[in-house]
Amino acid sequence: MSERHIVILGNGITGITAARTLRKRSNHRITVVSGETEHHFSRTALMYIFMGDMRYEDTKPFPDDFWAKNRIDLKQGWVDSIDSQQKQLLFKNGESLKYDTLILATGSKPNRFGWPGEELIGVQGLYSYQDLEMMERNAKGAKRAVLVGGGLIGVEVAEMLLTRNIQVTFLVREKTFWGSVLPIGESAMINREIRAHGVDLRLETGLKEILSDGEGRVRAVETLSGDEIACEMVFLTAGVSPQIEMVKASGIECDRGILVDRFLKTSVPDIWAGGDCAQHREAPEGRRPIEQVWYTGKIQGERLAANICGDLAEYDPGIWFNSAKFFDIEYQTYGWVMPKLKEGEKSFYWEHPEGNKSVRINFEEKSGAVLGVNVFGIRHRHQVWEQWILEKKTIHEVLTHLGAANFDPEFYRQYESEIITAFNLLYPDQPVELKTQKGLFSKFFAKILK
Amino acid sequence: MSDITANLAYESHSIAHHGPRLKISEKIALTAMAIGSMLLALSLIAVNDSTSETLKNLWFNISWALAIGGGGYFALSKHLNDRPGVRNQGKTTDSLTARGAWGWMMGIVFTSFYICLYWFPRQLEGLVRIHDPFSLFMRGRAADEWFVYGTIYTILTLLMGAKAIAKYRHNRYQIIRTSVIMIVQLTFSYLFPVLAAKFSQPEIYFSYLWPLAYDKLFPSSIDHFLHSGAIGYFIIGWFVVGTFIATPVLTYYFGKRWYCSWVCGCGGLANTMGDSWRQVSDKSLKSWKIERWTIHSVLAFIVILTVVLWFEPYLPAAFKEIAFQMRKFYAFVIGAAFSGVVGVGFYPLMGTRVWCRFGCPMAAVLGLLQRFNSRFRITTNGAQCISCGNCSKYCEMGIDVRHYAQRGQNIIRASCVGCGICATVCPRGVLSLENGPLEERYNQEQGLSLLGKTKAQ
Ligand SMILES: Cc1cc2nc3c(=O)[nH]c(=O)nc-3n(C[C@H](O)[C@H](O)[C@H](O)COP(=O)(O)OP(=O)(O)OC[C@H]3O[C@@H](n4cnc5c(N)ncnc54)[C@H](O)[C@@H]3O)c2cc1C
Ligand code: SF4
Ligand code: SF4
Repeated sequence: MSERHIVILGNGITGITAARTLRKRSNHRITVVSGETEHHFSRTALMYIFMGDMRYEDTKPFPDDFWAKNRIDLKQGWVDSIDSQQKQLLFKNGESLKYDTLILATGSKPNRFGWPGEELIGVQGLYSYQDLEMMERNAKGAKRAVLVGGGLIGVEVAEMLLTRNIQVTFLVREKTFWGSVLPIGESAMINREIRAHGVDLRLETGLKEILSDGEGRVRAVETLSGDEIACEMVFLTAGVSPQIEMVKASGIECDRGILVDRFLKTSVPDIWAGGDCAQHREAPEGRRPIEQVWYTGKIQGERLAANICGDLAEYDPGIWFNSAKFFDIEYQTYGWVMPKLKEGEKSFYWEHPEGNKSVRINFEEKSGAVLGVNVFGIRHRHQVWEQWILEKKTIHEVLTHLGAANFDPEFYRQYESEIITAFNLLYPDQPVELKTQKGLFSKFFAKILK
Repeated sequence: MSDITANLAYESHSIAHHGPRLKISEKIALTAMAIGSMLLALSLIAVNDSTSETLKNLWFNISWALAIGGGGYFALSKHLNDRPGVRNQGKTTDSLTARGAWGWMMGIVFTSFYICLYWFPRQLEGLVRIHDPFSLFMRGRAADEWFVYGTIYTILTLLMGAKAIAKYRHNRYQIIRTSVIMIVQLTFSYLFPVLAAKFSQPEIYFSYLWPLAYDKLFPSSIDHFLHSGAIGYFIIGWFVVGTFIATPVLTYYFGKRWYCSWVCGCGGLANTMGDSWRQVSDKSLKSWKIERWTIHSVLAFIVILTVVLWFEPYLPAAFKEIAFQMRKFYAFVIGAAFSGVVGVGFYPLMGTRVWCRFGCPMAAVLGLLQRFNSRFRITTNGAQCISCGNCSKYCEMGIDVRHYAQRGQNIIRASCVGCGICATVCPRGVLSLENGPLEERYNQEQGLSLLGKTKAQ
């Protein structure tokens, strides 16, 4: 295949994975364009920059000389439109850049719902590096902040602000935190964790209006129930949506995101898209049409590069998984655990008496096949669960070997036998016996320490 | 919740967070620590041979009580008032821990102390003298600079070890490991030699093996032990078995960490007193290159030197002189300047393990064993890594852990001391220190092909 100029718009994980994979597989000329920062950095680490755990430099997954070494050209600048006739990008500053093939990986932006007052100074979301800079400015001298909308980024923002001694009120519309994703047991645990850190978490509370101090700055917010909460900062953390205005305006077919087929092609020839900004016309089985997580960006980046190199295959992300951290409680999930059980599904839930660790396994009532797991405060092995779910292992088999999934550090207390005892109490007909435990040596010490 | 209760909840927790606010008791403790340290420093100029025993005793007791009491209270209070969990907030913004003015000042203080200790011990005279009564009690003889050094070293390891345990109390690996290094320091590296001195036995630091304790296998030392009776034979046996049997066997099963992070006093000080500076270690490829050159050169030097010394009797006189000069050079440049002055003095500037990473020949041996013949590895949890960089940032050995983690590769690096902090700070549960079969040790960049059917061909 002759060499082409492949331009990638967006230097997030999707664009960068595409670029790296393209370089491994081909000799094409590669240019990565982005307005946000010169080099790729890890958006997921934004909170650590603000809290002083890391500097911006530390969040760059590759050293600065990596790009030249791998013949990946970088160009910083904001693209204003795509001219798909002339096959070129037009920049805000008037420059242009020709491409033979274009990959759109433009990511997301924080949701705004047209709340009155959302344009006031002090109101912001947290997605980009520029948002972080704005947060630094807004935090100067601030004493109180209100977060609107519960979700993963909201919890991170709360943790960030507390380290600056800024008091946080967290408005969440649902009955319980992240109730659209977490079953009630886990969600209640996180409600407690958020409050234990000193956040004023207000459930079933919506935002009515953001109030101005008369000079264009935030003074307070008013909730739907009529309470007024004084604050100098307001964070809109009710989710993100694809950043596609420019793409849409350039005539590429979009819905909520840039529409792509199973091969990640857009409606326009030689233009592909992936990552947060892409909406799958036909979502892979058991998957949502738009998935805004790190690793799906990575897989799509790999797939995009392979497909462009002619190694055409459908995007197939495999078994769902994810992870997050709510203050001090780590969360991992493999497979699907929905907040509400579907027909024919059962759920087994174990929670540690201290209320900061839990395991939930959902399974099919008839066959016993496991469907997914939620673990909080315990680490589990990705590969093991993936295998179990793919092979439709039964809940009995899984519990018998539960220790094989344990990924906690050495010497940690292991809860497998407590979990199994709880299971056997619920389902006494076919009691489970724990056969696979984590390493013996660490178990021995864990016992002594108990 | 009403605003008032929210406020209360906030007030009662806000101290826990990392703003500049200090509680009154913490301010008092800090002041006490400062006064204690200043008194210790003042002894350098104010105390001499003619100072009375009573004053020396008083000086010793008051300054150490204030320094330990105040320092201990402050260090523990900060962590124990906070909920258990990873707390590295401010590490890259505080002057002390981010190579700011305070960091430089600490570096200068540490470095000056070591320079005096090795080359100008007279300058430490006042400090040594206030330790006389304590030394008399412990060892039945007056203090010298090495006794004082050992005492300070042990106090710092214990005090800051307690702090490390408080900081990492959510993690049992860290609790157990830190307790063990504290106990080893207190017994093997302090009480045993001190008691040996009291009973006129050889003062042996059993926890330091050749080639770190570079003269342990020199013919002159062996000769000396051979003339020390039964205990001498035991000592020779201990060091020969320690170096040639325990080292490869334990490293095969557990990796280098059994020594570097569980036994060794250098590692002990690094992981207790030095813990606040682990993040300043350089992570670049360039420093990795430099480190491989320097550490293996030191190892080569000490091996050659040891061999030469054994053959010395058979060598012509000219070579004897060379051997003598080599020995002097090693003791000065490596034994003192590198392991002490730079190794600890530069904690706040180059990270906690400057010596362990760039110089220690024992670490070099353990590293080669770990790299080529060990069951130890750090495994990565599938595709959970979000490339945040915490692991790399807080690796004291300057290993770019993320480089491997984001590729789904196991981390097998000669320099990894198995401190376990990368796994502790990872917010997504990606890393785990494990000992396992050799066959599965190395794995290639997995991309995301491990995900079910997504194998990218
Ligand atoms: C605070 C925070 C924490 C998160 N934590 C997690 C987590 O723990 N786990 C997880 O799985 N996911 C997490 N996410 C989500 C994850 O970061 C995203 O899914 C991922 O970064 C998306 O990558 P991407 O490459 O598709 O897009 P992005 O990373 O958004 O990259 C798109 C880039 O394109 C640029 N761009 C867009 N339009 C233009 C234009 N017109 N001209 C020039 N440049 C343009 C943008 O500026 C941006 O730099 C988090 C997100 C945030 C904000
Ligand atoms: S890689 Fe991890 S365990 Fe090894 S030295 Fe670095 S932080 Fe410690
Ligand atoms: S391994 Fe953990 S700490 Fe390291 S980059 Fe990945 S997610 Fe971050």
